[in-house]
Amino acid sequence: MSRIVINNATLPGSDKKTSLYIDEGVLKGWDAPAGLVDAEVIDASGLVACPGLVDLRVHFCEPGFESKETLASGSIAAARGGFTTVVTMSDTHPPIDNAGMVEFVLRRAREAASIRVYTSACATKGMQGHELTEMAELKEAGVVFVSDNRRDIESSAVLRRVLEYARMVGLPYVAHCEDADLTGKGHMHEGYWSTVLGIPGMPRQAEEVRVERNIRLAEMTGAHIHIQHVSSAGAVDTIRRAKARGVRVTAETCPPYWSFTDEMVQTFDTNAKLNPPLREASDIAAVIAGLQDGTLDCIATGHAPHTPTEKEVEFAHAPFGCIGLDTALSAAITYLVQPGHLSFERVIELMSAAPARVMGLPAGTLEPGGPADLCLVDPEQPWTPTPADLGSRSRNSPFLGKALVGRVKYTLCGGRIVHYAA
Amino acid sequence: MSAAPHTEREIQWTRRHLLGIADLSREEIETVLDTAPQFAAVAKRKSGIKKVPLLTGRLAVNWFHEPSTRTRLSFELAAKRLSADTLAMTTSASSVVKGETLHDTLANIEAMQADIIILRHDCAGAPHILAASHTSHVINAGDGRHEHPTQALLDAFTIREHLRRKTGNPEASLDGIKVTLVGDIEHSRVARSNILCLNKLGAQVTLCGPATLMPARVEEMGARVCYDLREALRGADVVYSLRIQLERQQHGLFPSIREYIRLFRVDHDSLRHAPEDALIMHPGPINRDLELAADIADGPRSVILEQVSNGVAVRMAVMHLLVNYGGAV
Amino acid sequence: MRDDAADQTIVMQSEAMQVHLRRMAREIAKANPDIDSLVMLGILRRGFPIAERLSKLIEGMTGRAPEVGAIATTLYRDDISRSPASPKGYTHFDFEIDGRSVLLVDDVLAKGRTIRAAMDEVFDYGRPARIQLACLIDRGGRELPIRADFLGEKIPAGDNEWVRVRLRELDGEDMVLIERYAREEEEDAAEETA
Repeated sequence: MSRIVINNATLPGSDKKTSLYIDEGVLKGWDAPAGLVDAEVIDASGLVACPGLVDLRVHFCEPGFESKETLASGSIAAARGGFTTVVTMSDTHPPIDNAGMVEFVLRRAREAASIRVYTSACATKGMQGHELTEMAELKEAGVVFVSDNRRDIESSAVLRRVLEYARMVGLPYVAHCEDADLTGKGHMHEGYWSTVLGIPGMPRQAEEVRVERNIRLAEMTGAHIHIQHVSSAGAVDTIRRAKARGVRVTAETCPPYWSFTDEMVQTFDTNAKLNPPLREASDIAAVIAGLQDGTLDCIATGHAPHTPTEKEVEFAHAPFGCIGLDTALSAAITYLVQPGHLSFERVIELMSAAPARVMGLPAGTLEPGGPADLCLVDPEQPWTPTPADLGSRSRNSPFLGKALVGRVKYTLCGGRIVHYAA
Repeated sequence: MSAAPHTEREIQWTRRHLLGIADLSREEIETVLDTAPQFAAVAKRKSGIKKVPLLTGRLAVNWFHEPSTRTRLSFELAAKRLSADTLAMTTSASSVVKGETLHDTLANIEAMQADIIILRHDCAGAPHILAASHTSHVINAGDGRHEHPTQALLDAFTIREHLRRKTGNPEASLDGIKVTLVGDIEHSRVARSNILCLNKLGAQVTLCGPATLMPARVEEMGARVCYDLREALRGADVVYSLRIQLERQQHGLFPSIREYIRLFRVDHDSLRHAPEDALIMHPGPINRDLELAADIADGPRSVILEQVSNGVAVRMAVMHLLVNYGGAV
Repeated sequence: MRDDAADQTIVMQSEAMQVHLRRMAREIAKANPDIDSLVMLGILRRGFPIAERLSKLIEGMTGRAPEVGAIATTLYRDDISRSPASPKGYTHFDFEIDGRSVLLVDDVLAKGRTIRAAMDEVFDYGRPARIQLACLIDRGGRELPIRADFLGEKIPAGDNEWVRVRLRELDGEDMVLIERYAREEEEDAAEETA
């Protein structure tokens, strides 16, 4: 493996220029040894050397939905976005709910992915919300957490057992919080815009009552619960209070929830159809406050690819979800750093060390002796993503056509350059 | 001989599609209303020749992705009275199951050189999606619960004509008049388009119906919400009754037909609280004696059949403006 | 309406207009001995007041006033999409035209397309025994085989000229003007005149 020397980079939160010397996939140190001749040299003037980003939740759709995304295409999207470590979700077809599936996915990832791919597994068999999966064996097979993905577990009794068992085997439970009865046939946030557009709404209370219930059951069982894609002000508040009384709860939000409001649905753009849905300005403010005070521990993308054929339909018929790997850091710089809500350094932390810490992954830091997983970021470069910029096999991004700031120029995973933007 | 009305108004119309009242300015709405009377006159010719050659040789496709008889007939008649050729096409949710997308279907229609697409669809925004990426003139004939712009335009036209007759003022407008919409607001595209249209024309809108059928924050669209029918009818110049779907009761949105009638039916009893000359309107079809008492629907204050006749004239005006002023296909 | 004419010349004053109208009324009355079978359709906007005046003049001569209606032609034009005009009132009359003699009345006869549109429209209202045409001015430039049966005056005008009739009822004065425009606008001017 080749040696790489990166010159003139700065580190997050510092103006001091430094070099990075990489050999055999490892960050050896901050200075190249004297007399080095056969190294590739990267001039990183104006770029910040950040740890490779970590995403706790991506849907790479393999096996079963390869027309949306594969482990290979998904990892290209991840690399373009500066990510070197991701955890795939288990709502594949068939779902990842047994050790055999876990082994299959991890093997395929080793063969096809250019970055580090971990996997999660279902909390209940077939995501049906009834029977527990074999979590002990799943843990041995290497899963990072259990989750029924985009489904909340309807039965409180089943959820209680999931949490008790997950705690016993030492796996976090990752919760999608939604009272599906209350969201009903809703397709967007219930509020002024759902009324104007005549689109059935999903009230924020559908998220909030389940955040409360799920946290209460975690509290009861002592399990580690991680709340996915927090979007509502009430949910942030509930998590904040739970943390204050010592519940083992962690939480994340995703770029659309600090970038856009439900007004975006006005054009019936199905890329704005998400679950939980885009909410209101007051929710954005609460989500940002949650990131500021640590109520929300980290940022995930929830990268959810859908093909153009699936998305270019009537709003009501389109599936929920958007991709996010390619644009997550830019969205954070544009909508969190530029307006002064968070420092660049803090954003990088929320997207690298923080998620790694939440799930105990050996990733997210840039230290001599550790793997050379890093990205070089121009935090000032303006760009407007077009479909051609996306590494994902799908195109369903609400950030297409938006004027963004900050671009990942290089991504290195294990010392290999896996992404370079001219 | 009575003097011919002279309205000297330069047509300021550049719009290619009619997707919703939300897009229209007050001036555009008034242009439609001012264009309609000549078409209403065409229908009343003594010769019985109710046709003008404004869209000769054009093809108007009535594409109904949701059952509708009245709106489809009204559009078809409007197109025929403008001398356009018409095709009717009905699709259903099953074509989605077959994998044919909205875009595929329209591309097929356009391959037959259609000039006007009149789309009724059960999903909000379907005509908007099509208009954004196709060349023909798209008219929204009702999209889900979202909008039904031609209904709101024909309603405004009906109210305005009536005001002008009643006051003798040929310039009378809807400014300051009070309109009360009664019924299922939540599921009603007629209500949404009317709230927008009436607001733009300066009318004051009151909404009345069960709280379970009142959409969130609808006041912010410019309407007063009132759950007491008697209170809602006080001072109303127009009482607009909306159709109540019986399945709403089955879905638990109100307890019983009996209680609905007791609280929200427009009838002799409740109308005692409205001014005597308040107009009675309904978009049709009526559930007789459910949301509206039959004798009121058939009574002297009712302009429900005028709404139907005016619907043809207003739809002729819309097609004429879109095709002849909104840019060639 | 345009108000950017480079220059304008008055070609007919009020008195001359009265003289022309009286003569036309006489000719119409003479050609239509059965006044009750005669109906007049003034083409909106300025043909309509002229028709009303002719009807009054005929009444003064014969004691019988022909019925007068308004015809818009807007819905029958072959150039609707290029026309900047709006619905200047709409066709409005409440008498029968079947078997009667219809006299179309307009202020200026130019290309003849308006008259063609008016005749098409008349046929959708019934089957007249015949159609005649009365115009105050013939400015030339015909594109269709149409001529006036009763004419005030021939005032030939060029491509860049616009013959404008002003009437007491609509404009506060009776007068005919020729307005001249810069060359690049000639096409517009010619169209509007038609």
